[in-house]
Amino acid sequence: MAGRWKNDLKWSDVTPKADYLNRRQIMAGAAAAAALAAGPALSGAKIRAVPSAYSTDEAPNSYEDITSYNNFYEFGTSKTDPAKNAHRLTTDPWSVRVDGLVDRPGNYDLADILKGVTLEERIYRLRCVEAWSAVIPWVGFELADLLNRVGVQPSAKYVYFETLVRPSEMIGQKSRVLDWPYREGLRLDEAMHPLTILATGLYGEEMPNQNGAPIRLVVPWKYGFKSIKSIVRISLVEKQPQATWNMQNPREYGFYSNVNPEVDHPRWSQASERRIGGGLFSRRIPTRMFNGYGDQVAGLYAGMDLRKFY
Amino acid sequence: MSLPQSVNARLRRVPAWPVYLVGVLPVFWFFYLGLTGGLGPEPIRALEQELGRLSLQVLIAVLAVTPLRKFTGISLLKFRRALGLLVFFYVAVHLAVWLFLDVQIWNQIWKDIVKRPYVTIGMVGLVLMVPLAMTSNDWSLRRLGAGSWRRLHRLTYVAAVLGAVHFVMLRKGWQLEPILYLLAIVALLAARVRWRELRGAAKMRRVGS
Repeated sequence: MAGRWKNDLKWSDVTPKADYLNRRQIMAGAAAAAALAAGPALSGAKIRAVPSAYSTDEAPNSYEDITSYNNFYEFGTSKTDPAKNAHRLTTDPWSVRVDGLVDRPGNYDLADILKGVTLEERIYRLRCVEAWSAVIPWVGFELADLLNRVGVQPSAKYVYFETLVRPSEMIGQKSRVLDWPYREGLRLDEAMHPLTILATGLYGEEMPNQNGAPIRLVVPWKYGFKSIKSIVRISLVEKQPQATWNMQNPREYGFYSNVNPEVDHPRWSQASERRIGGGLFSRRIPTRMFNGYGDQVAGLYAGMDLRKFY
Repeated sequence: MSLPQSVNARLRRVPAWPVYLVGVLPVFWFFYLGLTGGLGPEPIRALEQELGRLSLQVLIAVLAVTPLRKFTGISLLKFRRALGLLVFFYVAVHLAVWLFLDVQIWNQIWKDIVKRPYVTIGMVGLVLMVPLAMTSNDWSLRRLGAGSWRRLHRLTYVAAVLGAVHFVMLRKGWQLEPILYLLAIVALLAARVRWRELRGAAKMRRVGS
């Protein structure tokens, strides 16, 4: 019963968030200093990122919440498996093959991809198709930056992505629960939208492996599974590409998979969601159309029947 | 004295009541974990899952009692009622967590039961267990008579299969863990079938026609 239990702690005794974040920074210590000296992005604990007008002002979930509750079947199907198993993944060296209908195809080293991009902090809501949600302070850059750099040819209509396949390190891939590699796709206008980012970190730190290191997609108005992790291939194509969950069960997971409270998953309602980290008595909150990003993205789907193209 | 006999003799001296006491402890333990962060950032979902998994595990133990006696001679029959009632207790708390902590929205609860096959199946399984729990006492056994009591309690088989199917259906994709539970239950039910008699009956029918 709330209020029955008394102690002598006051709200003023709670460590302010800025302080405990600072403490982390201090613990990272010399490594952080070295990183700042070495270069802007990759090699250390603290990444310099500029704030963004696209960020929500909602309070982000804790670093612990974000890094301990993950869906990343490459490391196992339970929510806690990725945090347990993802440390085995080697993320350096890392390169991304860019191919298909582009002017400058090739294997791009991650450092090369990050050269010349401005890393921003984007605090986004994330809505999982399983009806839970979180607020995450990503660090990343717009996918459009990369696509413009490699030169998208006029015939390209879609962007296709692939996750790394390396069962020796991604032990979930030893089971055939999904048809590896994990695949995802976006329509070109969705991919070029300024909200769509490639993220390389969160909470100002390098991307933890369980969250899709070293580089992942984040599309905040779609269900989380569209935001493919640990990307090794980006391909510009003419036809709608394959997408893993859509291949697995097309009735339950559409190609678009925009967050939509009015179109239920066949097995559960999508009308409400629960923010993680709220404890045993947290209540559900209503799910918003396009996860609350309707003002920015609804125009992409003008005239489309979203019950049909779910 | 053979091994099973000596095991049975020793088991006869163990009372059944501690099973109830030990059996309710995990439920309190899970709630404690949920309140103190031990179940992770989404404790409501975790609590549902832990209770669901525990009920299937104990249900498998219940179903194993008869095959164990048939194949090894060791009888755990005196503990079966306690285990069965514990399963009902876990399932009831599982439902309560879903109703009062998870969904909380009454019209959505009814819609979920009617519209979502895995919820419907789970609910049917639970409803089937109500008469079983209510008649798990000596008085009902005497009142019904051994024959009809046993026939009624065959509903356990149906409830067990429904419980496992509920588990298989709620996961994304075909996942190994729930399928193993379903296989275990199907195997324990198959172990009860008197195959020889069945074959004999089939032969008789063929001869007769």
